[in-house]
Amino acid sequence: MSDKTRILYCNCTYAQVVPKPVKEAVLRELAQSDIGFEAVADLCEMSARRDPALKRLAEGGAVKIAACFPRAVKWLFSAADAPLPCDSTQVLNMRVQSAQEVLAAALSPGLEPNLPRGKETRPAPSELPAS
Amino acid sequence: MSLNDQTALRVVLYEGTGAQPLEPQQRYDAMSALLDQGFAVTRAVPDGSLPAADRSSLLVLGRFDGGRPPVAVDAQNEVDIRFEDIDGCGTSRIVEMVENVRAEQKAVKPGDWKPWFPVIDYDRCTNCMQCLSFCLFGVYGVDSGQHIQVQNNDNCKTNCPACSRVCPEAAIMFPKYRSGPINGDVVSDADLQREKMKVDISSLLGGDVYQMLRDRSDKARSRFSKERDADKALTERQKCLVKLAQAGDIPPEVLMSLPSPEEIQRRAQEAKAKAEAAIRNQP
Repeated sequence: MSDKTRILYCNCTYAQVVPKPVKEAVLRELAQSDIGFEAVADLCEMSARRDPALKRLAEGGAVKIAACFPRAVKWLFSAADAPLPCDSTQVLNMRVQSAQEVLAAALSPGLEPNLPRGKETRPAPSELPAS
Repeated sequence: MSLNDQTALRVVLYEGTGAQPLEPQQRYDAMSALLDQGFAVTRAVPDGSLPAADRSSLLVLGRFDGGRPPVAVDAQNEVDIRFEDIDGCGTSRIVEMVENVRAEQKAVKPGDWKPWFPVIDYDRCTNCMQCLSFCLFGVYGVDSGQHIQVQNNDNCKTNCPACSRVCPEAAIMFPKYRSGPINGDVVSDADLQREKMKVDISSLLGGDVYQMLRDRSDKARSRFSKERDADKALTERQKCLVKLAQAGDIPPEVLMSLPSPEEIQRRAQEAKAKAEAAIRNQP
């Protein structure tokens, strides 16, 4: 992982929508590694308060965020006047990815930006090319 | 005090110069317990740096050399910084220590409010004002440029995603909702065309919403006065809320908390007037 890429972990403390085994495994592995990282209790709660820490986190350069859906994370930060830079933010989705997948991406070198860059609509299955 | 006025206490687990590293298990236990209590925690490592200051108060915890935590002040007097030695402290003692500092500094008490509120995807939002017109609890408003925005997120009724159902573009998210696209998952064509959503919106507004949206650019200024009848909208809104409740989307306690029919009518007209004004004043 690039020395300059930061890691932000969201514990989604106030809901049970992130599988507990996933978030626990991710936090445990991060805490037992030798890297510095930021952990927040709940990005939703911070966004609602327009916590200035979000601005600091958004403006600090490349960041990998272990949280939930990229679209939700993008607009949670935006709602707090702390827009995330699309080209240097990678969101790892603990709602749908396994802990191993999240950790592999979080601890690997490089960054794969994946914030939506505009209105994106997934085509219906019938519109997808046959495989 | 509004949500936005509250300051938070941020905890730093410091393991840099002048401090000994924590045992991995102790570090995990402390971080996990503090996060569960609603605190933000930064782990600062050797060769790393303390995160830049923000409006938060900082509590720096560490196993400091000689058991003597340093003393520091913010030269600009904007951030309150405290150091505490945690050598030999168990997790419960650490949490207690942090909670005491939070109370002393009158920082926000995490967990007092469940963060349930709408988040707008402005890549999708067409500023049609249907959410503003629909919400009876004053969650939505417009900014100086007449753009829809969430203004009173703590007015939102916990676990109620009804306004996201009336959004024709699926632009309203509740990140803690159980399923997509309301939870922030990618919006699919199927979501937009879902028959249930069409029915709900038509029921709520008492008209052909999709036709209305197609004509929006031509009719925006007069749309509400021509096509909406307040009494009918009110009746249909109530019917739809019952239908949505039955479908499991709106918790009974939210329906129970609805005001009297007269009050609903007053709020609905107030919301309608705000939406009309916003449409009228759009550049």
